[in-house]
Amino acid sequence: MSEQKAIISVIGVDRVGIIYNVSKLLAESNINILDISQTILKDIFTMIMIVDIKNSINDFNNLKEDLKNLGERLGVKIDIQKEDIFRAMHRL
Amino acid sequence: MGFAFEEIEETIRMVQSEKLDIRTITMGISLRDCSGEDANAISKKIYDKITKKAENLVKVAEELESEFGIPIVNKRISVTPIAIVADNIKKEDFILIASSFDKAAKNVGVNFIGGYSALVHKGFTDGDLNLINSIPQVLSETERVCSSVNVATTKAGINMDAVALMGKIIKDTAELTKENDGIGAAKLVVFCNAPEDNPFMAGAFHGVGEGECVINVGVSGPGVVLAALSKLPKNADFGQISETIKKTSFKITRAGELIGRLAAKRLGTSFGILDLSLAPTPEIGDSIANILESMGLSKCGSHGTTAALALLNDAVKKGGVMASSYVGGLSGAFIPVSEDAGMIDAVEAGALSLEKLEAMTCVCSVGLDMIAIPGDTPPETISAIIADEMAIGMINKKTTAVRIIPAPGKKEGDHVEFGGLLGHAPVMKVNSFSPKDFINRGGRIPAPLHSLNN
Repeated sequence: MSEQKAIISVIGVDRVGIIYNVSKLLAESNINILDISQTILKDIFTMIMIVDIKNSINDFNNLKEDLKNLGERLGVKIDIQKEDIFRAMHRL
Repeated sequence: MGFAFEEIEETIRMVQSEKLDIRTITMGISLRDCSGEDANAISKKIYDKITKKAENLVKVAEELESEFGIPIVNKRISVTPIAIVADNIKKEDFILIASSFDKAAKNVGVNFIGGYSALVHKGFTDGDLNLINSIPQVLSETERVCSSVNVATTKAGINMDAVALMGKIIKDTAELTKENDGIGAAKLVVFCNAPEDNPFMAGAFHGVGEGECVINVGVSGPGVVLAALSKLPKNADFGQISETIKKTSFKITRAGELIGRLAAKRLGTSFGILDLSLAPTPEIGDSIANILESMGLSKCGSHGTTAALALLNDAVKKGGVMASSYVGGLSGAFIPVSEDAGMIDAVEAGALSLEKLEAMTCVCSVGLDMIAIPGDTPPETISAIIADEMAIGMINKKTTAVRIIPAPGKKEGDHVEFGGLLGHAPVMKVNSFSPKDFINRGGRIPAPLHSLNN
């Protein structure tokens, strides 16, 4: 089976270690990062990661919960969504 | 990366700050194989079938919510009109059927179940009459049951005996639930041209032309449309407004289509339709009235409101039809007063009257919806309000409906509180001149001509 992409979004106030901590959690779950992009708009930090969860050793709902908890610790909002929703909304 | 940063950010923003959600995933279940002559046996068959078919409905919806990050607000069930299933049981036994219906909904975890319904646009069977006469008791003694009665169609005309009867039924239903401001009437809809695949409550039922089991989806998104329009320059013309609504509607419909198809697949059933309705919620910013005001009206209800609503409704459909292979249900902007903070505001400011709402229903779905009127409004006046609304639907070949609450003990200017998605509403003024002799005539208003369309 080919890649199974998901999109992780991190939104909140910028601080040291956001990318480090998110990447660490993903590495521990055996999730490959395919792309990272970030911007700071009106003091709000937005990072979007595209990841491949095909070989993840963490169940999707657990991963979602882990990311949410990490976000709470870092004072940002982290969510993960399967890629299909973006494909449906933005591609014909 | 396959998607532009802005595209991903837009979807996330729509969900997180503009209240995009899937309003309802509704499972339509046929109960035609549950009929019989013994009320206890029918009740058991109904309970067993609903709890089996819808066993995983809530679980699957929650999985999809988590995977795609889009809230699915309601999970609901619609069934074959009960008057068809229980046509030959005794009048006093209808409550038995309704209770098993209610219990089944509770067991599978859905908040409303629709289909305590009768289709009487041409006339009543004995079963239809028994069911309709049981509505006040059923809606006051059950928690999740929703009821609807179709009293008119473009092909058959208006059954004025049913219109006269429904005025009394609505009044009795409100009276029996007077401790809660007449909330029973909020679960009762009177239709013209009722759609067979509507996923929205309180009017959902599983039509006789439908299959065994089907998933219908209703999307939402007034907040998203409002946000998109607010980014347009103040002097943007109507072409630009329409274009913006179309594009937004396309995106939210696609989200609904994806969720609907996946839900159907995982539940091992077929995907029915996507309903393109813009459904408001009482939350600030999730309002149809605010969209109309954003086009330049100082208050919803002012002159110009009907034109603005016509544009909105048409643009939502144009954007949506390309986004989904199967569009159906009600598909139009809803204008329920109690469920829309902007509508409530407009009524309280004196800008929006019952007569203006009636005019607005000529250009959008679905009708006079969630409107509180004084508790002492005579049943004949309620019937006449229904008759007018049915006439609009019949002549214009569209669905119209009336869901009106004569709030017991309340008068014009008072306030009623239903709670949750049903919201709260100011009690509106009703024309006090009596239509009693008109309503008491009885009979049918003949079906209209289908040519010479002016």
